Amino acid sequence: MTKDTQGPLWEVFVQKKSGQPFVHCGNLHAFDAEMALQNARDLYTRRGEGMSLWVVPSAAITASSPEDRGAFFEPSNDKIFRHPTFYQIPDGIGHM
Amino acid sequence: METNEAQAVFESKLANNEYIEPKDWMPEDYRKHLIRQISQHAHSEVVGMLPEGNWISRAPSLRAKLVLLAKVQDEGGHGLYLYTAAETLGTSRDEMLDALLTGKAKYSSIFNYPTLTWADIGAIGWLVDGAAIMNQVMLQRTSYGPYSRAMIRICKEESFHQRQGYEIMTRMAFGSPEQKDMAQDALNRWWYPSLMMFGPPDTESPNSEKAIKWRIKRETNDQLRQRFVNQTVVQATYLGLKVPDDKLKWNPEKDGYDYSDPDWNEFKNVIKGHGICNRERINARQKAHDNGAWVRAAANAYSQKQNQQSEAA
Ligand SMILES: [Fe+2]
Ligand SMILES: [Fe+2]
Repeated sequence: MTKDTQGPLWEVFVQKKSGQPFVHCGNLHAFDAEMALQNARDLYTRRGEGMSLWVVPSAAITASSPEDRGAFFEPSNDKIFRHPTFYQIPDGIGHM
Repeated sequence: METNEAQAVFESKLANNEYIEPKDWMPEDYRKHLIRQISQHAHSEVVGMLPEGNWISRAPSLRAKLVLLAKVQDEGGHGLYLYTAAETLGTSRDEMLDALLTGKAKYSSIFNYPTLTWADIGAIGWLVDGAAIMNQVMLQRTSYGPYSRAMIRICKEESFHQRQGYEIMTRMAFGSPEQKDMAQDALNRWWYPSLMMFGPPDTESPNSEKAIKWRIKRETNDQLRQRFVNQTVVQATYLGLKVPDDKLKWNPEKDGYDYSDPDWNEFKNVIKGHGICNRERINARQKAHDNGAWVRAAANAYSQKQNQQSEAA
């Protein structure tokens, strides 16, 4: 007999309406992908939260690490020229 | 990172109302406190299905049965959201279930009281879910991210629980004299156990101070209890029912009701395992767990076979 278990952990993503992004809504235990999908439907879409689901084994997710947060995301902070507000637009040229 | 430095980062996050996430450094005490609190909360959701489950097959109408089924199903989901939140702290579902079934872990004392009549189902939704919501609304802003997110989800689902309970109370209280008596009797029996749900008085709650310091909780047991009393008395008055407390009196100075404390010895006894239904509740959980064992074993064997086949292919 193998050890009693609840199965591995899965992350659940739900799409509220067609065209919108899939958003993480929680996780659950299941033994395989099909069961994970069925459980996700029962758990996370009981009140019209969405019509489309993704399930992903939690072990398959690689996350950035909080200790490196500063250095890792640094390149996005010092490039203010990526934002439209960095540029001056003359008056009288209409909408741009 | 040095521990001192990590501790400083942790504390500055708390001070700035930021959230602590699973991979962030946290003091061991904080982690332990959260595992205990979240797993107890999860157990309460799961064991909490039992007193109401008692009436699903005896609900007085099909509508009432559908509503109660949906409500109890929600509670099962709440248990799951909370178990997975606790798992992010490094404990496992199996460990937590084991702690519940062996009596190492506690759950809310309220679920060790019996549900004797249909009015009890009304009183539970109105008072027990009402008290739980008050606590959970506060916990939506708890400092641990996964716990906070679980609470936000739970609060959304809870809003119908209290209303369906109050609806039952309304029907009984405005029904026949016998029904009204049942409603009053349910209020009499559930009032003080509901007050106990907020935990011991602040003066005797050793963990409270830390929980507030860490922003796990944002209000004390007594503050929440007072708010619950203030809110509930007017609802009882509307029903024409009497809160079973002769000392209950509006106090304009504190802008709230003066009320009697529950019997804290009874509370301690029930927590220790000597309530009316403690044994019955754990036996029911154990039976459900045992009856599900072959399903888990079969599902596990099937998924392993699928994996082998896909590897071989
Ligand atoms: Fe709940
Ligand atoms: Fe509830």
